[in-house]
Amino acid sequence: MLYRTVGQFKTSYHADHALFPVKQDAWLLGLILLLAFVVLPATANEFVFKALLIPVLIYALASLGLNILTGYAGQLSLGTGAFMGVGAYACYKLITIFPEMNIVVAIALSGFFSAAVGMAFGLPSLRIKGFYLAIATLAAQFFLVWLFEKWAWLYNYNSSGAIQVPTLTMFGIPVVGPNATAIVQYYFVLVVVCLITWFSINITRGRIGRIWKAVRDMDIAAELVGINLMKAKLSAFAVSSYIVGIAGALFVFLWRGAAEPVLFDIQLSFRVLFIVIIGGMGSILGNYLGAILIVALPVIISAVPRAFGLPIGSAMAEHLNTMIVGATIIGFLILEPHGLARLWAIAREKLIIWPFPH
Amino acid sequence: MEFLNSIFVKPFADMVGAPDFLLQVLWEGLVAGVLYALIALGFVLIYKSSRIFNFAQGIMVVFAALTLVGFHEKGVPALLAVPLTLLVMFILAVAIERAVLRPLVNQPDLILFMATIGITLFLIGFGEIIFGGENKVMITEQLYIPTGSFEFEPFGGFVSIEQKDLTAVIGAVLLVVGLLVFLNRSKMGRAIRALGDDHQAALSVGISLSTIWVLVWFIAGVIALATGIVWGARAGVSFALEVIAFKALPVLMLGGLESVLGAIVGGLAIGVLEKLFEIYWGQPLLGGNTETWFAFVLALVVLLFRPQGLFGEKIIERV
Repeated sequence: MLYRTVGQFKTSYHADHALFPVKQDAWLLGLILLLAFVVLPATANEFVFKALLIPVLIYALASLGLNILTGYAGQLSLGTGAFMGVGAYACYKLITIFPEMNIVVAIALSGFFSAAVGMAFGLPSLRIKGFYLAIATLAAQFFLVWLFEKWAWLYNYNSSGAIQVPTLTMFGIPVVGPNATAIVQYYFVLVVVCLITWFSINITRGRIGRIWKAVRDMDIAAELVGINLMKAKLSAFAVSSYIVGIAGALFVFLWRGAAEPVLFDIQLSFRVLFIVIIGGMGSILGNYLGAILIVALPVIISAVPRAFGLPIGSAMAEHLNTMIVGATIIGFLILEPHGLARLWAIAREKLIIWPFPH
Repeated sequence: MEFLNSIFVKPFADMVGAPDFLLQVLWEGLVAGVLYALIALGFVLIYKSSRIFNFAQGIMVVFAALTLVGFHEKGVPALLAVPLTLLVMFILAVAIERAVLRPLVNQPDLILFMATIGITLFLIGFGEIIFGGENKVMITEQLYIPTGSFEFEPFGGFVSIEQKDLTAVIGAVLLVVGLLVFLNRSKMGRAIRALGDDHQAALSVGISLSTIWVLVWFIAGVIALATGIVWGARAGVSFALEVIAFKALPVLMLGGLESVLGAIVGGLAIGVLEKLFEIYWGQPLLGGNTETWFAFVLALVVLLFRPQGLFGEKIIERV
């Protein structure tokens, strides 16, 4: 019907390997970009920006980073929250040491710090596998959060122990800090997320991405066909931590406005991991679907009883939220262990061959 | 020089200088280690029989302890509340097997691991709705656990050993011995081990997968209740207890995921070493609170030399 592929003939291998072999996919993406760049900013209010749109984008970015490591290279990591913290603290130190630095440059550079830390904690992956590695990355999680708390230089020795984002401008418009408007921040995050998504799509379907996938599927076999495991695993840790670090910097600078170490604790790591699992491992689209679900779920859970006129306490809403998120995770795992992205893939397949069943 | 001295000389001089304090620290570490070992044991049992890395073990500890206290608050006598709690843990085991594990048979390990995180979240939300989030007091006295303390004066110093800690250690030893006898001597125990070795072979000789899984999760629930009582008597019962589940993870790494012995040795070693490190190196040199990460880093270092832990099965990989 909508997904009719009739008449779309490929006459070269190049055309067959294009990003969108089916024209409708490209139109759909164009529609989504139009929605993200024009329609949503024109209609959304401050609350929608702050509570839904910006967090969805930032969580999707963080989970994109983790997905590259876990979904593409097969290395399970539970230290995402701490690596986000490294990006945020690095960005904060860069901004305060070099106040003249452009915020874009600072955020781009801060990713390199988390990439370096990520590679250091990725070294054990050369010897440790599976769940042992997952627990090993927890060492990074707990050690780094402890470091954020104890190393006073990181937060410039201020008494609260938290980092506070200063106001910074680009072209005379405040972009980060208390004076920035939500719409400017939204556009900033959106552009960064789009660029990194574009980069990720291409890196994962190119040579490096295929090396990662080979390592994920069976690392010994990959080694036997001539893949350098060390390079493959460490590059996955580096790229993944870079993206996660940038997501961390955006998390604090463009959304929260301030951060203390507890913000980057294990709960954050798990939240990002949930997005990856629910969205779909080894899928770029899945990160967005998963992030939308995880961010929107609490908002919906607190809104639904109000719509029916049932007053519900905030504590009760939070507990219900935890419970429903847990049940949702189990439900999705049973329904489709490969995540929302796989559900969409199945639906798309059905649409293409509709009205025939096969 | 000053710096090296404070790392390599001063802590040991302190240890020798105040042997009674050292003994006290060792005892405290040992008690904590027993608890880590107990939680790790719950993990190991489930991992051995079903290859599920059960993240929910920590929340099961909290849930069991809260249920026990909750029953008592409702007016049930303490000694009756224990079997009732065990019944609840049994129902929980059946429910988890039915609702979560059965539909996920044959899925990759990672999916099952995520499912147990789902169980964790569900139980946190569920528990908080039922029991409330506030800290509760464990019914230590009502369970006839002595609360006094023994005091010694070795080397002219002073060492105090709380009786409830001693009870905890003895109780844990009995539990472990009972568990080992059960696993090695009884028919059910052998079935559990057979299932751990090879699912299909075990199924083909007539061992029921679902019965054993319920049984294993129930035993994990019993261990959780024991841990909950002991730890609750020391620190009160609240959802903060859940963090001790994380402490069991490096124990598992150190001891190996499949080894009951490894869980016990690893637990004791980590309990003692992290206490020593915190008191003699962490607090003077690093600003304290090193207990959050020391065990992980220690386990990481050990793992670099033995990737399957101290007692884990050697991983043989074939292409």
